[in-house]
Amino acid sequence: MLYREAGQFKSTYGQDQQIFPILQDRVAVAALLVVAFVVVPLIGNQYWFSAILTPFLVFSLAALGLNILTGYAGQLSLGTAAFMAVGAFMAYNAVLRIPHMPILGAFVIGGLCAAAVGIVFGLPSLRIKGLYLAVATLACQFFVLWAINRVGWFSNYSSSGVITAQRIEILGYPIEHSRDKYLLTLVIVAMMALAAKNLMRSETGRAFMAIRDMDVAASVIGIPMMKTKLLAFAISSFYCGVAGALYAYCYLGTVEPEAFTLDLSFRVLFMIIIGGVGSILGSFLGAGFITLFPIFLNVLSRTAEATLGIEMSHAVVSNAEAMIFGGLIIFFLIVEPAGLARLWQIAKEKLRLWPFPH
Amino acid sequence: MKRTAWALAAFSIIGAGYTATASAQKEQFVPANFYWVGPYAPGGSGFGGGIIDYMQMINERDGGVNGVKLTWEKCETEYNNARGVECYERSKKHPPTGATVIHPLSTGITYSLIEKATADKIPIISMGYGRTSAADGRVFPYVFPLITTYWSQATVMIKYIAQKMGGYDKLKGKKIALVYHDSAYGKEPIPILTDLAKEHGYELTTLAVPHPGNEQQSQWLQIRQNKPDWVILWGWGVMNPTALKAAAKIGYPRDHIVGVWWSGAEEDVLPAGSAAKGFISAGFNAPGTDFPVMKDVLKYVYAKGKGEFEDKARIGSIYHTRGVVAGIVTVEAIRLAQEKFGKGKAITGEQMRWGIEHLNIDEKRLKELGAVGLMPPLKVSCLDHEGSGLVKFQQWDGTKWKVISDWMEPDRKLVREKVESDASQYAKEKGITPRNCSNDSM
Repeated sequence: MLYREAGQFKSTYGQDQQIFPILQDRVAVAALLVVAFVVVPLIGNQYWFSAILTPFLVFSLAALGLNILTGYAGQLSLGTAAFMAVGAFMAYNAVLRIPHMPILGAFVIGGLCAAAVGIVFGLPSLRIKGLYLAVATLACQFFVLWAINRVGWFSNYSSSGVITAQRIEILGYPIEHSRDKYLLTLVIVAMMALAAKNLMRSETGRAFMAIRDMDVAASVIGIPMMKTKLLAFAISSFYCGVAGALYAYCYLGTVEPEAFTLDLSFRVLFMIIIGGVGSILGSFLGAGFITLFPIFLNVLSRTAEATLGIEMSHAVVSNAEAMIFGGLIIFFLIVEPAGLARLWQIAKEKLRLWPFPH
Repeated sequence: MKRTAWALAAFSIIGAGYTATASAQKEQFVPANFYWVGPYAPGGSGFGGGIIDYMQMINERDGGVNGVKLTWEKCETEYNNARGVECYERSKKHPPTGATVIHPLSTGITYSLIEKATADKIPIISMGYGRTSAADGRVFPYVFPLITTYWSQATVMIKYIAQKMGGYDKLKGKKIALVYHDSAYGKEPIPILTDLAKEHGYELTTLAVPHPGNEQQSQWLQIRQNKPDWVILWGWGVMNPTALKAAAKIGYPRDHIVGVWWSGAEEDVLPAGSAAKGFISAGFNAPGTDFPVMKDVLKYVYAKGKGEFEDKARIGSIYHTRGVVAGIVTVEAIRLAQEKFGKGKAITGEQMRWGIEHLNIDEKRLKELGAVGLMPPLKVSCLDHEGSGLVKFQQWDGTKWKVISDWMEPDRKLVREKVESDASQYAKEKGITPRNCSNDSM
């Protein structure tokens, strides 16, 4: 009813090529941005900023990074956590070792170092594909953690290997309150998401997708295989690196290498599988599902216990939560293997035809 | 429209009822952010059960602390830093008092919370874990690695080994291997063991075991080749029984393996079966139900069916009594803070900090508490947030832990030196001006 594009005519190429060609979508996105940038900072409390929203944004960015590589360029990777670790530790070292380093500059350095590592470990992708490539990137995961654990320089010779992020300040304004950290994360994530969306609509993005769909055909029509694949690795790792730096500086404040184990790589991979492979929106939906749903279940089970007055052993409840979560993942994958983003798309298409589906 | 109105009305009634019950009574909220799932669940549920049982006992026996009931709420951290921070944020504003004190029960979570909790003025008690250099209370006013720290423990372990060998001079040229959990927790003792190696002339080999530690073939193969005289096991959770079984397989004598106190509980040795017999571990609390305080827990909590454990065999286990010790420390600090800031009133985190910092549980008080031998005496000060440093050793005889040493003194000078240098480096990095402990008021 409301969601109908009848009467919206496009008379220029510019209008036809907008990110959101439908007016209602533009309004919805603008409203969402207003809520995220203005309303949430006004009404949110510390719990929401530091325990819910910031991690959600950080993991969205990491998922976005992996989605560029896996979803768009078709290169399966299990090194996401390693790239995040590189970003976090190199941003820390940039601030520590370069005097007067602005924090945003440090994030960029963290991202660039991750990109460099990504290129090196992307080299096998020129020869191997699919699951075999995933195994090759697994090497990256173990090598990076090993290096950070064993080479003292990365953690500034901290005895426990844990680094504490330095205070952050932008143009003399200290970012200490969780609201400010949330806003900083939001700005970075929003800008990088916009950049990713546009990148995927550009020549580079189309080259990525050509390689994903059939690399032999792509090389036949003149897409340089090496350059494009390595570029995909570089961009993807850059995103993951920045996500890692944000994880250290805006979210936890301290980082130990163990935070970036293979577990995390898998979690990010699950995020894009559940959210939608090859979809920017899917990265956000998947990150939301994987990071926030266990917390939601936890709160729900506690409220149920309190209001219904059922006495349950906490161990049973905790384990049940993990089981329900796993069950839901399977359920979603059966119902919609293409992810939550696809569900959203179907919903939108149905709405356009509503109430007369054919 | 009508339905919305009904829903709104219902919500407001529930909401009103909720706030009314919350503020009706005098209550002191202590978050129970532990873990009941995953590879470390035995430790988390045991310790958590102990601290809750003790608080329940205080509520049942004394009606709370001077009439202020203790309340708690469980939150599952999964031994995961991110979830731990989420639980902390959720519990810190919990009505009516907000979090009084946090027991993170994970070195990683402790590290993540140090800054946040200091900013929120909520004290952290990291009893027997966490950041060792937080023992310098001038730099870490809100962090209390109470009773004893990893560095103290490492010095006592070397002392114990030296005693067994017949003196420190016998350590020269000997080989000691450290098998550790590859995490912030496992890496804590390395600097101090390296320093001691230089001092006493033994050769230290470090062998990292990746999380969660159920795969240790290669590490023990190296031990078999290297043939160290002693092995120090810095394990946690499922890593411990795995290590003991691996040791048995290569025929390494179990009574030459000295475990950290997180390796020395029933849950750590029972799964290894006969392979665990003879294994020695450190500890800062004794197991058993013979202590008067444990009898009270049985009488006032378990007899009424309000205990945390369904499996009665876990009552009085190492983790359980360790949780009880944590409960004692927490409740004593609340009591002390009440004496200073108003008896029978709920206290804030800031006041709790004062309470912990002025804790003085001497032999006399231990006797009143019924905990003589359960824990060492404890005296905390502004300078020293550790408070004791004493460690005991125990040996697994196949069915139970037997205490085999008295409380042993750590090498205080060496530990303090390292604590201060590490803390001052932290202060410099963070731009913290250390407190002056001579005008010790707040």
